Amino acid sequence: MGRHVVLIEDEPNITEAIRFLLTRDGWQVDTHADGTDAVEVILNAAPDLVILDVMLPGKSGMEILKDLRAVAGMEHLPVLMLTARGQARDREMAEKAGVSRFMTKPFSNTEVLTAVRDLHAQAKQG
Amino acid sequence: MARDTLTGSRIRERRLIAGLRQADLARTVGISASYLNLIEHNRRNIGGKLLVDLADALSVEPSMLTEGAEAALISALKEAAAGNPGAGAEQDRADEFAGRFPGWAGVLAGAHQRVNSLEQLVQTLSDRLTHDPNLAASLHEILSTAAAIRSTAAILAEPGDLEPEWRDRFHKNLDQDAERLADGSKALAGFLDESASSPDRRLMPQEEAEAFFEAHGYHFPALETGKSQPQDLISAAPELASRESRVIALAVLEVYRADATAIPLKDLKAALKDGLDLGVLAARFNCDMARVLRRLAAVPEDVLGRPAGLVLCDASGTIGFRKPIAGFDLPRFGASCPLWPLYTALARPQVPLRRVVVQEGRSRAGFECLVYAWPLGSPGFDRDPVYRAVMLILPLQEIPEGALQVGANCRVCPVRDCMARREPSILKDGF
Repeated sequence: MGRHVVLIEDEPNITEAIRFLLTRDGWQVDTHADGTDAVEVILNAAPDLVILDVMLPGKSGMEILKDLRAVAGMEHLPVLMLTARGQARDREMAEKAGVSRFMTKPFSNTEVLTAVRDLHAQAKQG
Repeated sequence: MARDTLTGSRIRERRLIAGLRQADLARTVGISASYLNLIEHNRRNIGGKLLVDLADALSVEPSMLTEGAEAALISALKEAAAGNPGAGAEQDRADEFAGRFPGWAGVLAGAHQRVNSLEQLVQTLSDRLTHDPNLAASLHEILSTAAAIRSTAAILAEPGDLEPEWRDRFHKNLDQDAERLADGSKALAGFLDESASSPDRRLMPQEEAEAFFEAHGYHFPALETGKSQPQDLISAAPELASRESRVIALAVLEVYRADATAIPLKDLKAALKDGLDLGVLAARFNCDMARVLRRLAAVPEDVLGRPAGLVLCDASGTIGFRKPIAGFDLPRFGASCPLWPLYTALARPQVPLRRVVVQEGRSRAGFECLVYAWPLGSPGFDRDPVYRAVMLILPLQEIPEGALQVGANCRVCPVRDCMARREPSILKDGF
């Protein structure tokens, strides 16, 4: 299993910071800022992990996650979801959609790195 | 490291800014490069002529090399480090960091302060969101900007060298995000102002009453002297637009007048010269503890010698009056932290209680809380008493060990594993 991440996030400076952190940690990072074709981008890239913002132009992160989970072989792909809304009902929605980990903004770099490493390790074991 | 021992760090910083090699500077001032190296690493104290010569060679005033970085900057750095315990920042070297890299230290401190102000905004708005979901989009924008600032600032604050290209790019990003944050905050403030002044979105009666008391600084000299009646003040108050808010404010002012009559300001000032002893005050003015607590919060700050906050609630826990105090967050909407001593008083009516608390949140602060619950009306065999409770909140300079850990309300409380938690927090890891 490799170390390839697709980051779907429309805030360029968040994208830049996360890309820097993960690249330094040995990850190959592909980025994409639009929700409309995000599922296709993920399927084409075939990453080991996806980081997905909730509020995206074109299509929400929740919809993208639901569509992704409906694709054969994508049921267990680790997905870390980022959102500015951290209320209980938002978490529940994300869990129902099949999220692997839910993280609220503003998160710390340590949180992101730890979550990515944990999800990757769990996927390798599973 | 003490601030006044960092002269060497500043010399090194200034030399690098001037583009001078260590050997060249050493030669200019007539010392060996190895000795200058010891000085620059703060292993030799210098002063007198050598200091003046070095300052001259570096084209700066000697005081630029000897004066420590701004205490406020160091304090902000330590606060930033304390707020990110997992980052392992070398807190004992904050002085050195500020001395060697004042510009970057300023960026980090500024970003931390911005995050703090954002957290405060989040707390206020998270309360309000329940009532006004249209704010969600604005909040998302601000939180996303805060996330970008937090991540970028953390990268810049990491020890070790960052490649110049990355450093410049992140610096530019910080600048962009700061501007975006300013714009977003202005837009949000404008939205709130517009919402508040819009005829179809009037303030709630409680908010109107609070605006009235805040405008008067919670103190009414005309009631103290008897020159005005509560109704006079209510009639002249533009803040009290609704009938409901006037009813609420009038009830509070009636109690205020009764308290002021029982405990005249002049006599209270004289009594406080002997120190703050609530039992003595209650006995001296022949009144119950609730009146003493309310009165202490209603007098000018110089009378008590320190600021005082006050919260009143009924037996349901609903807060009916609040006088805010810096550092102790009082949620405007929704239920507050059930661990507040205010609620403990309801379980032990007519027993004066003192609790030292620390309120967790964006600014961890300690307070002494004096609380008392009392029954309304006269006792009767065939009816249960209805209680009210009051909490006087006095700030402490330091947080004592063993202070009771409380929050503002669950949604914005960072405390994990709290047995009193009602709902998940929107904050993580202390935010």
